[in-house]
Amino acid sequence: MVNIPSSINDPIPAAEVEDVELYHPHSWWTTYVFSQDAKVIAIQYSLTAISIGLVALVLSWLMRLQLAFPGVFTFIDADRYYQFITMHGMIMVIYLLTALFLGGFGNYLIPLMLGARDMVFPYANMLSYWIYLLAVLVLVAGFFVPGGPTGAGWTLYPPQAVLSGTPGGQDWGIILMLSSLILFIIGFTMGGLNYVVTVLQGRARGMTLMRMPLTIWGIFTATVMALLAFPALFVASVMMLFDRVLGTSFFMPAIVEMGTQLQHGGGSPILFQHLFWFFGHPEVYIVALPAFGIVSDLISVHARKNIFGYRMMVWAIVIIGALSFVVWAHHMYVSGMNPNFGFFFATTTLIIAVPTAIKVYNWVLTLWRGDIHLTIPMLFALGFIVTFVNGGLTGLFLGNVVVDVPLSDTMFVVAHFHMVMGVAPIMVIFGAIYHWYPKITGRMLNETMGRIHFWVTFLGAYLIFFPMHYLGLLGAPRRYYELGESVVNPPSAHDLNIFITMMALTVGAAQVLFLFNAAWSLRHGKDAGGNPWRATTLEWQTPTTPPPHGNFGKELPVVYRWAYDYSVPGAPEDFIPQNEPDPENRSREHAS
Amino acid sequence: MSAILIFLAGLASIIIWWMAQQRLTSKPWLESARASDIFPVTRSQIPTVKIGLGVFLAVVGALFTLFISAYFMRMGLQDWWAIPLPGVLWVNTAALVVSSIALEMAKSSAQQNDANAMKIALLASFVTAIGFLAGQLFAWHELVSEGYVLADNPANSFFYLITGMHGLHILGGLLVLSRTTFNVWQGEPPKEARLSIELCAMYWHFMLIVWLVIFALFAGWANDFVDICRQLLT
Amino acid sequence: MAVVFILAFVAVASVLFHLLSPWWWTPIASNWQYIDNTIIITFWITGFVFVAVVLFVAYCVLRFRHKPGNRAHYEPENRKLEFWLATVTTIGVVAMLAPGLFVWDRFVNVPSDATEVEVVGQQWLWSFRLPGANGKLGTSETSDVTAENPLGVNKNDSAGLDDIIIQGGELHLPIGKPVKMVLRSIDVLHDFYVPEFRAKMDMVPGMVTYFWITPTRTGTFEVLCAELCGVGHPQMRGTVVVDNEADYQTWLQQQQTFTQMMAASGEPQTAQ
Repeated sequence: MVNIPSSINDPIPAAEVEDVELYHPHSWWTTYVFSQDAKVIAIQYSLTAISIGLVALVLSWLMRLQLAFPGVFTFIDADRYYQFITMHGMIMVIYLLTALFLGGFGNYLIPLMLGARDMVFPYANMLSYWIYLLAVLVLVAGFFVPGGPTGAGWTLYPPQAVLSGTPGGQDWGIILMLSSLILFIIGFTMGGLNYVVTVLQGRARGMTLMRMPLTIWGIFTATVMALLAFPALFVASVMMLFDRVLGTSFFMPAIVEMGTQLQHGGGSPILFQHLFWFFGHPEVYIVALPAFGIVSDLISVHARKNIFGYRMMVWAIVIIGALSFVVWAHHMYVSGMNPNFGFFFATTTLIIAVPTAIKVYNWVLTLWRGDIHLTIPMLFALGFIVTFVNGGLTGLFLGNVVVDVPLSDTMFVVAHFHMVMGVAPIMVIFGAIYHWYPKITGRMLNETMGRIHFWVTFLGAYLIFFPMHYLGLLGAPRRYYELGESVVNPPSAHDLNIFITMMALTVGAAQVLFLFNAAWSLRHGKDAGGNPWRATTLEWQTPTTPPPHGNFGKELPVVYRWAYDYSVPGAPEDFIPQNEPDPENRSREHAS
Repeated sequence: MSAILIFLAGLASIIIWWMAQQRLTSKPWLESARASDIFPVTRSQIPTVKIGLGVFLAVVGALFTLFISAYFMRMGLQDWWAIPLPGVLWVNTAALVVSSIALEMAKSSAQQNDANAMKIALLASFVTAIGFLAGQLFAWHELVSEGYVLADNPANSFFYLITGMHGLHILGGLLVLSRTTFNVWQGEPPKEARLSIELCAMYWHFMLIVWLVIFALFAGWANDFVDICRQLLT
Repeated sequence: MAVVFILAFVAVASVLFHLLSPWWWTPIASNWQYIDNTIIITFWITGFVFVAVVLFVAYCVLRFRHKPGNRAHYEPENRKLEFWLATVTTIGVVAMLAPGLFVWDRFVNVPSDATEVEVVGQQWLWSFRLPGANGKLGTSETSDVTAENPLGVNKNDSAGLDDIIIQGGELHLPIGKPVKMVLRSIDVLHDFYVPEFRAKMDMVPGMVTYFWITPTRTGTFEVLCAELCGVGHPQMRGTVVVDNEADYQTWLQQQQTFTQMMAASGEPQTAQ
């Protein structure tokens, strides 16, 4: 814990925090396994999340194979197909994206970018990872129990999720899924407390909120939202677990299942949907806001220009975060809830489009009159802009209540959320990995492999999901094991499905190249030096690379400026690090 | 879902109040500094653990408010028979109140450096808190023996679920309180024990408020209150 | 240069794909032309924004990509520009939202002359119930469902005795008359979805939901389920036939009422 009594007007002390306060590891186990160093925890989180993400990637291939060639792969029966769909969705949203952005990037970047030695509660931070790992293992255990994992769809809507017509509904599948979610939320809360309190209390001297990089703003706001939204999923999971195991009727009305009256009555399936989406909609922004923040920094660094409209960007992040708590029922326009709610939720949903659009404008205006280096992180940032704008705009269809009616539960929805919440954030994740890998390992990733990886991933993903919207427009419903003969499945649509599957396999294969690159560059990559991108933020100013436990050696940095002093007129270099003071004889006059 | 929205609105006003002091409208690019400039301290004077506990309590608050939201939504639907409250709940409430007061006394004796009073107050708080948990278990036992079992009616299910969840939180707090009490009885001086007693007290008062709210909920007063609010609005 | 070219190509190709794509919505068969129109407005606005943003990015990369000696312009913000962009965006959003809310208002308010038709979903079958001679549907409860009374119609409600029950068969609707589809489920969530009607709504056990349409085109249409309802979800198909008035009456005469159905299954009835 970092507590220094100091009064407001103290001059800057030489070394504010001695590094003796940290728990320094004494053995191999406490250095690499049960480590309390946020950077090690970040890598543990990231590797676990990416590993489980690869499982979800393979599941998506299997689903695509079934959709393109129904009946050819006999081991994919309807039960398995729905299990694959469910596990793919849940893994990608929670165990990959949330864990990687907050547990991975959050842990690595918050202390480094803020000039802190570590998180404020390192022990809880370590526990957070181990509980997350346990949650992942419980989730994966679903594949090995009788009946297999749950096939209820990632939304787990009752009553279907706990009945025998759904795979895993009356077996272990749904129990393991709910238990895993409960564990994940407990683990996340421990980590989340750290991220929030570290931003509040761990900042280096001079690091005011308005000097923080947007990456930190994004992760900070997303964590606050996650801490308040995940309890809704917790409540829903506990209640459904009671329904399934102890026979209560929170979500279970009177039901006749296959001719038999069940011992339930009076419960409300809609109640579950409200709780689920009260978590589920903020969840979209829990993934999106860190991506917004990180991509802002990538664009700024690689265009050698300050992020355009920094203040507006900060306010937009906070406003989007707040608004996202009052839009949840736009997922429920056709759920049977009181239709008059539609007016309210359509309006709030479309209001969010305004701050979001401002963020997009500011990204592209940062490029305007910049000095754009087409490095791989920059390419991924450009890929993000294209896919995010595309996915965000189709969100305006689905948020506008009456337009949602024909499109809901069709492939249009699938295409929309994959573009905006799958492809776009993953573009940022890759961009961020190419950007920070040199700091984490001390070596650059291979450029040629990186370019191939980018182009195949970006164009391939666009070719998967852009045409998919039109299947939805045609009327093809989602979550169909096979569509068969139907007016919404003409032969041409079937051909399109085959094309999409081919693209999905190609994009998946490109990730193997990325993994190879990440492993190969660990030894053979070009030496990176401390600050290969000539960036201003504090993580690039550490005395050694990769940074050791305690991050900054003997003296913590002092922050003299905001995070975006690029191409400042009159400065000798096109960047000024945040910990570099102005010369004593010069006051700033260049700014208008 | 109105309960959780009201709770979040309350939190939002705290966040807005805090943000209003952070100069979010300043133009940071104009404010670069020289090495000799005087720097504001960026962190709060409040101990970091206390802030951590405060954030945690916000999360716990959201959790219980969501349970309450679900309770209200479910209550509006058909076949709801409110559960009769066992009289022992009044005794339990008294125990928890005493426990909270004892902790507050332990806190002030720690501040006044009175080791003996602190030790006794802590022990009293610990014992009454265990009394509360035992009383809750007794209340459950009484209800079950009268035939109000968990899966019978949604009102029963909610009663067991929410009181159980509250009990678990008390149990978790007891683990920390027992450690603090143990350390103090091992001779930890008030100066060093003070922070951990303050944290316990903060958590305890919060769980007391949560208990009072859910007690009012099950006793039906909360509904009357909501009805009055509705009438005032219409 | 390749980057510029590909970005521009993505924008242009997306528009061409939209214009030339053979995948477009099914010919409409209900009064919800308004919904299609709102979608078209949305396509125009969003399509314009997408192309503008991507082409702008491509132009920036073309014009401002790094060359030795280049230095970026320094401009922290431009309040005026941001204000105008926000204003224009707001206008665009209102242009989409206003017609949407207007049409939604029509969607939720059922015309008073609409006849009720009940659709009941169960794993994995559609059943239908139409009001009989008295023009009213009787009450029903899931807990009344038995093998003989698969829709759980209340036997003690005289309004329900003449209701017409169609289990697993086709539903016929007369053309040009507003119909309120009253939706029920006896097990899990389902969603009554006829692509040509545009309108749809989930069916929730324990609740009665609804939407309304006026069929505008005769023909036979496929019913799909649009809410995951277990492994049989894709097999849950049905048929709706929109008839002219004469054909509809002919069909209607051939259907059995609730009373006839109960009599056929040999169970004595207890009407009041």
